[in-house]
Amino acid sequence: MALDLHVLWFVLLGVLLAGYAVLDGFDFGVGILHLTTKTEKDRQTFIHAIGPIWDGNEVWLVTFGGALFAAFPEAYATSFSGFYIAFMLVLFCLIFRAISIEFRHKMHSIAWRRVWDFCFFGSSTLASLLFGVAVGAAMQGVPLNKRGIFIGEFVDQIGVYPLMVGVMTVAMFMMHGALYLGLKTEGELLEHLYRWKWRGFIFFLVMYIAVTIVTIVTIPRSVDNFKHFPWAWIVVVLNLLAIANIPRCIYLRKPVQGFVSSGCTIAGLVFLFGVALFPNLITSQPNPDHSLTIYNAASSEGTLWIMTIIAGLGMPFVITYTGIVYWTFRGKVDLDQIGY
Amino acid sequence: MDVVLLSRLQFAFTIMFHYLFPPLTIGLGVILVYLEGMYLRTKDPLYENATKFWTRIFGLNFALGVVTGIVMEFEFGTNWAVYSRYVGDVFGSALAAEGIFAFFLESGFLAVLLFGWDRVGPKMHFFSTVMVALGGIFSSVWIVIANSWQQTPAGFVLREHMVNGEPFMRAEIVDFWAMVFNPSSVHRLVHVWLGAFIVGAFFVMSISAWYLLKGKHEEFAKRSFRGALLMATFSSLAQLVSGDLQVKMVAEHQPAKFAAFEGIYENETYATLNFFGWPDEEERKLKYAFGIPGSLSFMLYGDPAAEVTGLNELEPTWGEPPVWLTFQAYHLMVAIGMLFIAVTLYSCYLLWRGKLYTTRWLLWFYVFAFGLAIIANEVGWVAAEVGRQPWIVYPTMVNGELHGGLRTSDAVSEAVKAEQVLGSIIMFGVVYLLLFVLWVVILNHKIQAGPEPLTDEQKAEHTGKGFLDAAAKLVGHKATMTEAEKE
Repeated sequence: MALDLHVLWFVLLGVLLAGYAVLDGFDFGVGILHLTTKTEKDRQTFIHAIGPIWDGNEVWLVTFGGALFAAFPEAYATSFSGFYIAFMLVLFCLIFRAISIEFRHKMHSIAWRRVWDFCFFGSSTLASLLFGVAVGAAMQGVPLNKRGIFIGEFVDQIGVYPLMVGVMTVAMFMMHGALYLGLKTEGELLEHLYRWKWRGFIFFLVMYIAVTIVTIVTIPRSVDNFKHFPWAWIVVVLNLLAIANIPRCIYLRKPVQGFVSSGCTIAGLVFLFGVALFPNLITSQPNPDHSLTIYNAASSEGTLWIMTIIAGLGMPFVITYTGIVYWTFRGKVDLDQIGY
Repeated sequence: MDVVLLSRLQFAFTIMFHYLFPPLTIGLGVILVYLEGMYLRTKDPLYENATKFWTRIFGLNFALGVVTGIVMEFEFGTNWAVYSRYVGDVFGSALAAEGIFAFFLESGFLAVLLFGWDRVGPKMHFFSTVMVALGGIFSSVWIVIANSWQQTPAGFVLREHMVNGEPFMRAEIVDFWAMVFNPSSVHRLVHVWLGAFIVGAFFVMSISAWYLLKGKHEEFAKRSFRGALLMATFSSLAQLVSGDLQVKMVAEHQPAKFAAFEGIYENETYATLNFFGWPDEEERKLKYAFGIPGSLSFMLYGDPAAEVTGLNELEPTWGEPPVWLTFQAYHLMVAIGMLFIAVTLYSCYLLWRGKLYTTRWLLWFYVFAFGLAIIANEVGWVAAEVGRQPWIVYPTMVNGELHGGLRTSDAVSEAVKAEQVLGSIIMFGVVYLLLFVLWVVILNHKIQAGPEPLTDEQKAEHTGKGFLDAAAKLVGHKATMTEAEKE
């Protein structure tokens, strides 16, 4: 079987999206949990836990955007222009989150820090919600014309189902963030997070069950591919095992395994999202014939080859540096030993 | 107001705000490599503290560059969907390469640079600093290639692409290396780098000059100033050569832009390189201009009598950019560049005579000259981008016919409404104003705080073994620098 570059790039975009969701997911989670702590020391610990790495994590989103532009320009153009308001809100959140993290500690005033605490929480929560809503809208489909251009209104993107997926995403990142912070903290703060791990997990579980039921009932197309690709059931099973392992790890206080399980849960859900969409990038609803797929939205074969070579050369380096950085900053946050 | 105008305003505003930061990070990155390299070499703690001070400022600028940069990547899709469909095959791959090769490198090692002082050894830390500086330089490569392709497209064909039976013409790469090395990319990349080095150097000189004037952190300030002055002098001189090469390239490939740069309407022999002027777009005439007759013809063709083509004589289908803005932006950039050459050379002379740090008016000039460096970078881009109008992708002349251009007015998103764009402009206006104020406040805070003073322990180590100090100590220039170091 010849290598289908369109499928390869669909998979690679999935990898970039999963990488982004797993890595920036815990950054968002830290933001969502930020206001649950009250003391200055705890809040500083939270920020320092992600201080050195949030920026690198966000690069996964930038690269995802660039790769979508390059591999499937039609899908990039339609989604970014069609979801104009949503994307502007995402940008607004990302800017505020970045400045909250970077500027909070630059001044000693209490009022200054309170403002940025609130911005950090608000922007992290809203961004998580918006990313979830986008996934929900993509699952449900949006109105496109024959040329594959969005012809609906903003309200077409924010129905009940997308909002449910949005809330599930907030819950999932909250749980993921609590598990990440469990690796980075100790003492009383760790006990505080222990409670929030449970809350996050239960919140996520409830939303996960609800979203799964609604998906199967209202979006029949989402399960069609599981008939064509029976092996995808393996991922479903693995995903369920990963979810089931989370409470076990919280209870047994196995922080590393717990964090890895929640990372696998997120990656698994992104994968299942991909299986449900395939081969569509943007599903048209009504008029499924107008959908943008990995074939009609793609760049030329030549460009896909060039990009494959670029990715093949670049990805090993990316994985190496990401590894080096995480290794350098492993272990608990020590507020006395902060560089900058 | 229409979507095209609003989207252009939004792009101009967000890109100009973004472009405050990348040149600063690229330029400062090089300075960090120099300072930390000197520290590793000499073990002089003054260099260590200088590196740490500039690193803190670097981190602030970097963060702002990243967040305002994500906006740019999104805007291609949100506001310029037709453009994205048209160029995705070409531009998109450059953008993806930038993400993979440059951004990960930069942001990964930035963590070690900013937070890793106590977690990695000095050599690993220096390696990270070098990687961050290289990442900054790499990230300019792909985006400038992509932009240069829009100015002088090469290595592509126009091909019909079908979406659900609806045809659409788009540009597709057929020769990757011809696309990468299109006629303008190398010239423009060098020009951008030198511009960034100038901004970085003037930034360091601005803060150092202020310390010198206030009599604070003098040893630190002198050391930072000296390195930056050398960089600024070299870059300003090199920029003259780069600019000269580039303008010849523009004259060849983008005749309408070139004519607008120089404000030439009628064909001219003995054409003048004007120092200033006022293009009157209604009367189609350049007024109040002054320059040396024949100099422009001579610069382009080596012959003062050579004919230079004016806007009136160009094929009308080339279209015409707004002449006044292009002319003034270009002339302002050149004027600042010339001023920098004169001032940096004079400052080097004073440095050699040992009078630089006591020439107060000149130090005051440097405190504010950073603003001029930023302006020169910004208006250079204004000249380049406004001069490309009415095209977003410039056409090429093939067998007497224009080929492959995309007009800016045809490039905006179909699905976006004017009020949405207006709303987002207001949002960016408010957010960026806040960002700008925060940047200035925090920068000021850091500058007031200054570098950390030397501890007693460090003072003992500080024996003045620095390379340049060694050179300064050489009286009579009898020995070589390496010999001096051994003393």
